[in-house]
Amino acid sequence: MTGGTVIALQRLRQQAAQWAWHVVCLPVAASCLFPLAWMVSSSLKTQQTVFTDFSLIPAVPHVENYARAWIQGRFGIYFLNSLGYTVLVVAGVVACSALAAYAFSRFTFRGSGFFYKLLLSTMLIPIPGAFVALYILLNQLGLIDQGSGQWLPRLGYILPQINGGLPFAIFILKPFFDGIPKELEESAEVDGCGVLGVFWHIMLPLARPALGVVALLTSLAAWNEFLLAYLVFSRHELMPLQRGLLAFHGAHLTEYPLLMAGMVISIVPIVAIYLVMQRTIIQGITAGAVKG
Amino acid sequence: MPSIERRAIAPYLFFLPALLLFLAFSVYPFYLLTHTSLFEWDGISPAKTFIGLSNYWNVLAHDRVFWTSFSQAGTITLLALVLQNALALLLAIAVNRRLAGGTLYRTVFFLPPILSEIVVGLIWFWIYDGNFGILNEALSHLGLARFARAWLADPNTALTAVAIIHMWKGFGWGFVIFLAGLQTIPEQLYEAARVDGASAWLRFRHITLPLLVPVCVVVSILTILGTMQIFALIIATTGGGPGYHTEVPITRIFHSMLGTSRFGYACAQGIVFGLILLVFSLAQMRFQRRVS
Repeated sequence: MTGGTVIALQRLRQQAAQWAWHVVCLPVAASCLFPLAWMVSSSLKTQQTVFTDFSLIPAVPHVENYARAWIQGRFGIYFLNSLGYTVLVVAGVVACSALAAYAFSRFTFRGSGFFYKLLLSTMLIPIPGAFVALYILLNQLGLIDQGSGQWLPRLGYILPQINGGLPFAIFILKPFFDGIPKELEESAEVDGCGVLGVFWHIMLPLARPALGVVALLTSLAAWNEFLLAYLVFSRHELMPLQRGLLAFHGAHLTEYPLLMAGMVISIVPIVAIYLVMQRTIIQGITAGAVKG
Repeated sequence: MPSIERRAIAPYLFFLPALLLFLAFSVYPFYLLTHTSLFEWDGISPAKTFIGLSNYWNVLAHDRVFWTSFSQAGTITLLALVLQNALALLLAIAVNRRLAGGTLYRTVFFLPPILSEIVVGLIWFWIYDGNFGILNEALSHLGLARFARAWLADPNTALTAVAIIHMWKGFGWGFVIFLAGLQTIPEQLYEAARVDGASAWLRFRHITLPLLVPVCVVVSILTILGTMQIFALIIATTGGGPGYHTEVPITRIFHSMLGTSRFGYACAQGIVFGLILLVFSLAQMRFQRRVS
């Protein structure tokens, strides 16, 4: 055999291996995409055709389903609620975790180490019954939806989520602050900058990449949150999307086109964010898992 | 000297928001949980009856449905540990080999994990539907109509059907963690092995697997903790039925609390379940320390 044929054979083998891996990957990828395609497809059919027309691309796409889902299906309300809750939870987590992570990184005193360990241990120690106690507490505070007033239940939905997001956020942010040299702050303090001024004008801008990771992952979690919404809300006008989807499904069991339209509405923002920011999201998630 | 005073107080102020949230929504509920577990209480009336450890005794000795739910969650967990994680590892190895279209695969595989359990559950509810679902339709096209059934309402298939949804949603998450782990293995190791004439299987067996053990441990424990506490997916698909066939511990705790108003009992169930999960969590940490 000449050297040329050996190389040609090797390339052939490599190509065959590539094809073999595609044979493994492609069906799995198709199985990931098909349910989503089926959801979009069903959302464009009518109540009559959805049970008989099994084409993936309907002949006549009924886009008006989306308007009906938005208004009659109340998905517009759910969507705006989810948006509001997510923004507030993210703002709360970013603010509280940035302050605390900076303090953990720079000021140590009696008890701070213990608090840090306790905070992080809540990520490792599962407390599956915690929601029972949380319900009792929210009930005591009048933060469970009892049919009147809207701000207390909304608060009852937001505050525990902010608390729930803190450990992971601090876990991401503290090492980041640790990596910023102290000389920066010292020179700023010489220039007459107070502790808060240093934090606001120097540390926060420098920590922007890590804060971005925290904001992204927190917003995904807040957007998809269900259990707490299930506990807190009983009125449709306060529900976020996940709770609203279940309520719609329970009330209109077979109205699949509207339900599917509501689901598409509910996933558009996160899928869009995911497609744009997937590197950051995946890095954040794997960093948490591999380090933790 | 006001500036020195301000500096002494400032660190505490940085901690304050996080600390207050943590005390209110993590520490106090933990106390409430253990405290309430010792009482018989309907969640409303001011009077609680102290009954010592009776709730715990009833969970351990008399609650057959709870332990059935535990073993059902265990079945889903075993399936996920073996099938889901094997698939995740296989795909990670494939994409790590600089497969053409690797980033595209990664994007697609991680799509299900960013969707909410409610959305995923409701899509599959529609796919599995006994009368109009696409799965039965596909089976009848393939001449397998006799296998068609109401997948989520049939006691023989409900649990497996739910497990398949759960694995569909979860494998992409194991995939990105395995991929991150694979990418930390230096290419030179493989080069050296190749020069020594080691086959692909030997390289996998003696380089990839040993170096991936820590990542496998992390993925396994997160799979166990995540799957045992499965909840929203059950609510969106079967609600625990048919009968008790897809009940899991969290749905049972929910039922004790809001279904039968036995708050003390719900807390005891939560603590017993939490302690079992804690054993897994601690065993994993010990194992990981021994390995590294």
